[in-house]
Amino acid sequence: MILNATFLSAFLGAALVLLLPERFARASRWIALLAAMAGFGFALKAFAGYDQSAGAPHFQYATQIPWVRALGISFFTQADGISLVLMVLTGITAIAGVLFSWNVTQRPRAFFAFFLTIIGGVYGVFQSFDLFLLFVFYEIVIVPKYFLIAAWGSTNREYGAMKLTVFSVAGSALVLLVLAATYAVSGGQSFDLMVLTTLAFPASFQAWAFPVLFLGFAVLAGIWPFHVWAPTGHVAAPTAVSMLLAGVVMKLGSYSALRVAMTLFPQGLDQWRMVVAVLATISILYGALVALAQKDLKFVVGYSSVNHMGFVLLGLVTLNTVGLSGAVLQMFSHGIIGGLLFAVVGRMIYDRTHTRDIATLGTMELSKALPFAAFTFTVASVASMGLPGFSGFISEFTILTGTWKSFPILLIPAGIGVVVTVAFTLRALQRSFFAPQESGPPDRSTHHEDFEPITFPERLGACLLILATLGVGLYPKVLLDPIVRSFDSPLMHQLIREVASK
Amino acid sequence: MIYLHLLKLLAPEAILVVTAILVLGLGLSGSSGRLRPLMTRLTLLGGLIAAWVLFIYPEDACVLNGMVVLDPLGRIFKLAILVLSMITVILSAASPVRRHFAEYLALILFATVGMLLLAGTEELLMIFIALELTSISLYVLTAYLKESSASAEAGLKYFLIGGVSAAFLLFGLSLVYGVEGTTNLRALLAISPAQATDPLMLAGIVLTLAGFGFKVAAVPFHLWAPDVYEGAPTPTAALVASGSKVAGFFILAKMLAIGFGASAGMAAWSQFRPGWLPLLAVMAALSIVLGNLAALAQSNVKRLLAYSAIAHSGYMLLGLTSATEAGFTAVFFYVIVYALTTIGAFGVVEVVERRRGGSQLQDFDGLYKAAPVLAICMLVFLISLAGIPPLAGFFGKFYMFAETLAASGEGSNPGMLWLVGLAIAMNAVSLYYYLIVLKHVFVAKPVDDEPCKSAACTPVIVVLALVILLLGLFPDALLEPLRAAVSFYTASLNLP
Repeated sequence: MILNATFLSAFLGAALVLLLPERFARASRWIALLAAMAGFGFALKAFAGYDQSAGAPHFQYATQIPWVRALGISFFTQADGISLVLMVLTGITAIAGVLFSWNVTQRPRAFFAFFLTIIGGVYGVFQSFDLFLLFVFYEIVIVPKYFLIAAWGSTNREYGAMKLTVFSVAGSALVLLVLAATYAVSGGQSFDLMVLTTLAFPASFQAWAFPVLFLGFAVLAGIWPFHVWAPTGHVAAPTAVSMLLAGVVMKLGSYSALRVAMTLFPQGLDQWRMVVAVLATISILYGALVALAQKDLKFVVGYSSVNHMGFVLLGLVTLNTVGLSGAVLQMFSHGIIGGLLFAVVGRMIYDRTHTRDIATLGTMELSKALPFAAFTFTVASVASMGLPGFSGFISEFTILTGTWKSFPILLIPAGIGVVVTVAFTLRALQRSFFAPQESGPPDRSTHHEDFEPITFPERLGACLLILATLGVGLYPKVLLDPIVRSFDSPLMHQLIREVASK
Repeated sequence: MIYLHLLKLLAPEAILVVTAILVLGLGLSGSSGRLRPLMTRLTLLGGLIAAWVLFIYPEDACVLNGMVVLDPLGRIFKLAILVLSMITVILSAASPVRRHFAEYLALILFATVGMLLLAGTEELLMIFIALELTSISLYVLTAYLKESSASAEAGLKYFLIGGVSAAFLLFGLSLVYGVEGTTNLRALLAISPAQATDPLMLAGIVLTLAGFGFKVAAVPFHLWAPDVYEGAPTPTAALVASGSKVAGFFILAKMLAIGFGASAGMAAWSQFRPGWLPLLAVMAALSIVLGNLAALAQSNVKRLLAYSAIAHSGYMLLGLTSATEAGFTAVFFYVIVYALTTIGAFGVVEVVERRRGGSQLQDFDGLYKAAPVLAICMLVFLISLAGIPPLAGFFGKFYMFAETLAASGEGSNPGMLWLVGLAIAMNAVSLYYYLIVLKHVFVAKPVDDEPCKSAACTPVIVVLALVILLLGLFPDALLEPLRAAVSFYTASLNLP
């Protein structure tokens, strides 16, 4: 029940915010903060209470209630280390997101209601072990995303919102098709993932069902060449929503690809593994190279998401415990770091300077005008590059180690990707924050005195995220132990043994 | 045969006819403007009593060679039709119909009687008569706005196309009778395989399906739908889109499963065999594609709903191609949910139309500000139509698609995958145009800041939205009674 409390608190918060009378509309942010903190509290409590002793079951906190008898659907939630790590990530992102949207004054009730609905849906996906239930939560996220971007977004918002929604819906249409077909082929008794994974689906079915299902999920994870929604959508979105999109929504794709597509159709995975690995490597390289050429700072961060998610997908198909654990850790790490980058660019910088053009930002002496923003962006960049001491280092290092075991040849392009990542991050950091000033009097109109100082909620949110990435970077064991343990479960064991040993 | 027994079986219909006559009588008194609320209340009371008597005689019967049939499944459908009609009456309370309001209500009641008869018969002649009673009442209702030329045009189109398809239907039914020598559906089920694939029988089936294709607005018999939905008084359009569809799909399912059960054929990819299945599959595919694509180009919300209705007919025809008990249950669930959703959406359109004077997309600009409750209800209805969880429309669609695949599931590649794949792809397209409407509701700047006074029908719309949400969260509430009724019905067929 403690798992269910996470999404219940979010949905309850959304309902409360909607019911708030007009006069108290400003109070909605407090309710949202409380709901986000409650969700985080429950997730953290579940994480702390996860029994890791040798004999303990892999899946804990199970709740199973029959839901739709005609189709054998049940409300089935439980968690292993992977679920719990991602739920903690969701909690952190939710709190930071609320803190960074503290200044939303335009229709705050609707904003926070949609925001919390997304959070609830994301929590739900990470704990569902019934395919139908998982899909329900997965889809709940789609519509609020559209409205948040279309109504509260910035650049080209209606276009970006629709593009993002169309891609998400196309992805979930693929998922829906395979879901219905799985029901038909399995004889239609159950949607229980634990039951379905024990069935041996015919190889000819897996051969088409796996790529379709995996692709459906991977669209949301921003796999090349279906990543195009991500930069546009992230840029158009309001800050908190960019943070959510990059932080957790993209993880829905990679998580579900692992949890559903890969465990359900191991034979199909075996057939298509190389294709996925190559696409993931292209995502890494392509994301990094395109980020290198951007003029808009937010687009740099947007493409860096494609790059980082490429690492996640590559780690997933290595199919060895090292690479897989790295992939899950990278989901966490990128969730935090991506969120932090978007927070700086969208809220701290753009809300004050009203420009995201790297060259223009370079003339503003941001390191002096907004020292805290510069500091945060520097930390986030360093973490994003994968420097030791931050979570990004551990995760990318483990993924590359795993890749070396499974696809030695792909290590070369992936390694180049790492180098380009460093390049584009340093370029963006240096040109927008620490650009050498031209001689001559500074432009008075954009002088730093004009900028509103960084507010307390922003500082708090940034500190929260920095602490998370730093903490995990210095003591990765706290997340890695439960993650590694989860790949030992019967669900995954089969996958790793049978496919990877071939 | 005791007439009292017959009266008991047809009590709801009889009560509605009596109500209609009473309302007409009130209308004769002259001061119809003042009596409007009274007439509405009287109609609602009649509907309420009809729904009540539906359940106080819980005996099942099949009398007069199947002309009048009563069973749990029929009762669920009769209740649904009554509920939808009464919601139509409530929506009409403030409708633009100024003159002859008594006749307007009476026509709604007569149409309802036709639908109720349709839901309670298994005899070809009776089916035709009931269909005509419904259709003719609806033709008149469509053309009821005398001052609007669009309404007259819509009525004429509806009537002309409807008349032709009634002729098709009658011709088809007469062929079926000519081959089999019976008008009773259950007797048709028992025909020999040789008779079932008799070319004349197949011709009869084609013509009958053409007639029904018109009733449910499936491509290529859909041409009337956009004009009728747009031109008719909005409550009438709501009735055409909901009640008439529920009755139409129920009787179509019965006809196909029982009447033509022996000549199903096959619609699996590259294994087509003559019968009604391939026909239905093609009609479904065309409706889904054309309905969804044409809806993309609409600027009038009622027209958009009409094309979406065509697409939804396609989804339900797809569900019927499963030809299994579970598949039909899924269609029944879906058609009821669809009708409740669509009548709710029309309710919102009706309110907006009255405030802003039109149903163009621009008229919905900033509805969130003027009427936040209605805006949220519209969100629920359209998102449910788009098939997004956790709303009932999603579960209904998923259930239909899954059962259709399961029915054709042989080994690894279910034969109906082509059609279900098409439907799911097009369903993804549909979210686009629903979002366009919702963008006008939630994102666009309001045209005026003046808040709408709450409309009288708002509570009904809110209840409908809640029902859609709750049925999505707990589908078993409707699904389990339906499943029980369907399996009871199948058992009564005494299939070998």
